[in-house]
Amino acid sequence: MTVGKRKIFNSFFQGLCRSMAFLAMAVLIVILVKVVTNGVGVINLSFLFKAPREGMTEGGIFPAIFGTVCITMLMIVLAIPVGVSAAIYLTEYAGKNFLGRIIRASINNLAGVPSIVFGLFGVGFFVLFIGRGMDKILGIPLLFGQPAMLWAASTLALLVLPVIIVSTEEALNSVSVSLREAAFALGATKWQVVRNVVLPQARSGILTGAILSISRGAGETAPILFTGCAYFLPRLPVFTIPYVHIPVINPLDQFMELSYHIFIMATQSTNVAATRPIQYGTTLVLIALTFLLNLSAIIFRIYFRKRPR
Amino acid sequence: MKVEHGIKGQQKTKIKLEELTFYYGKYKAIDNVSMEFLECKVTAIIGPSGCGKSTLIKSINRISEITNDVQVEGKVLLDNKNVYDRDVDLVDLRRRVGMVFQRPNPFPKSIYDNVAFGPRLYGVNNKKRLDEIVEYSLVKSALWNEVKDRLNQSAIGFSGGQQQRLCIARALAVDPEVLLMDEPCAALDPTATARIEELIEDLKKYYTIAIVTHNMQQAARISDYTGFLLNGQLIEYNITTEMFTNPDKKVTEDYITGRFG
Ligand SMILES: Nc1ncnc2c1ncn2[C@@H]1O[C@H](COP(=O)(O)OP(=O)(O)OP(=O)(O)O)[C@@H](O)[C@H]1O
Ligand SMILES: [Mg+2]
Repeated sequence: MTVGKRKIFNSFFQGLCRSMAFLAMAVLIVILVKVVTNGVGVINLSFLFKAPREGMTEGGIFPAIFGTVCITMLMIVLAIPVGVSAAIYLTEYAGKNFLGRIIRASINNLAGVPSIVFGLFGVGFFVLFIGRGMDKILGIPLLFGQPAMLWAASTLALLVLPVIIVSTEEALNSVSVSLREAAFALGATKWQVVRNVVLPQARSGILTGAILSISRGAGETAPILFTGCAYFLPRLPVFTIPYVHIPVINPLDQFMELSYHIFIMATQSTNVAATRPIQYGTTLVLIALTFLLNLSAIIFRIYFRKRPR
Repeated sequence: MKVEHGIKGQQKTKIKLEELTFYYGKYKAIDNVSMEFLECKVTAIIGPSGCGKSTLIKSINRISEITNDVQVEGKVLLDNKNVYDRDVDLVDLRRRVGMVFQRPNPFPKSIYDNVAFGPRLYGVNNKKRLDEIVEYSLVKSALWNEVKDRLNQSAIGFSGGQQQRLCIARALAVDPEVLLMDEPCAALDPTATARIEELIEDLKKYYTIAIVTHNMQQAARISDYTGFLLNGQLIEYNITTEMFTNPDKKVTEDYITGRFG
């Protein structure tokens, strides 16, 4: 090949790779621009803090924001203890033994299961098996055995479990061997090493994983479709404690959720065209919420890097 | 080998290796080594890089096995009890046999929390008691005067020599009987090294010390007994002054006079 030809090839491939990189960025920009220009107009305080009206063609999306925040928090509260414990078991105790390898393979496969399958599993396992089972054991009329925030959050928790486990494992593995040795050499038990040396070192990595999993879970529709999400609710999933009159979130209630709300407006509404600005607005809010969560992940990480304790 | 007849005198044997063979997986790193560490004496282990010095002393507190797949034949007797027996409690063993590593490895915590780490593991939580232990250990490791006003500062900001003395203090805080030191001065400058050597001189009044070193002068200066390892085998073991003035074997002489390694 002549020098000239090689130069041409070189610049051709460089250009090709560069345009593919720009393509990826362009897609994101197009989506953002479209959503922002179309959605920003409907966003105001009453859109954010009022309920939908007139078959969702008017009013706000507050119940959906509320529901999204509640379910995401509940999801993370359920997923973190399970995911972190599992990761601790895998890295610190199971190592590379047979059982550890099987569990790891299962987790990798779990990450590849389509989210609608999680949704169906959630109905079958949480709502029908666990929920109905609890009702039967307690001998009460239908209470647990129906779609509810608790079951939807549990289903989402399963969905994000692999994210949490994998990122926690990475964080645990990155803790230096010499620190572990130092602790063991002082006579620490395995649990003391994990508790006093490994976990504090891995904290920022674990938090990052947790928040990544929030942004993964927050936008999901399929897992909550049958497990607790409602088309429209006239009231918030809140329960007032008698006598003291303190409102608390009721995990046994159904809820509205942003991505499901968008789906409903786009497909089920009696007047799809009339809901279009609201759809854009809702999408913008969902993206902004996810972005905020990612931003907080970055801030967390910087904060914990600065204070290595 | 001379160990058998006489160099012990009145001294009590603290640790005794009996035909110790140590494998990493299939690789034999220590080959049939028998030697003793006497109470309140400093025993130096010398030998070229990769000969198994670290492996030898780490076999005493069984620290290699936390990260490696290891296999051991023979015995390591601590006060006549084989530490590889099934009923040995590793936590207890490592409390009795402290270790200082080749590279300073303080926890990314405050000076105070570093030293208090060990006692806290054993449930010492009384603030006054911990204060005492921290001060005592830092005084013993000759660090107290430098750090007494900054006990709450992170250990990470301190110099290598200070960090290594902190690691010594941390090991002393759990009140061990034996101190294993794996090239404690390898990462230090001559001033810091001199301080640690003084320290060892002082510490041997209370502890049985096993120290790995690459530095012949250091071994000659601070140790009472010296073992020379080569390819996992103990070539020679003797009173330090004997070994350095009148070695038994040609290879030992070649090594200590710097002709190889
Ligand atoms: N974790 C391990 N797995 C496999 N082989 C190992 C491991 N650690 C050490 N070895 C091997 O065992 C032999 C002895 O290693 P060791 O670290 O005890 O040597 P050393 O005398 O302390 O060397 P240095 O002076 O360089 O520290 C070396 O050949 C080394 O390659
Ligand atoms: Mg070594």
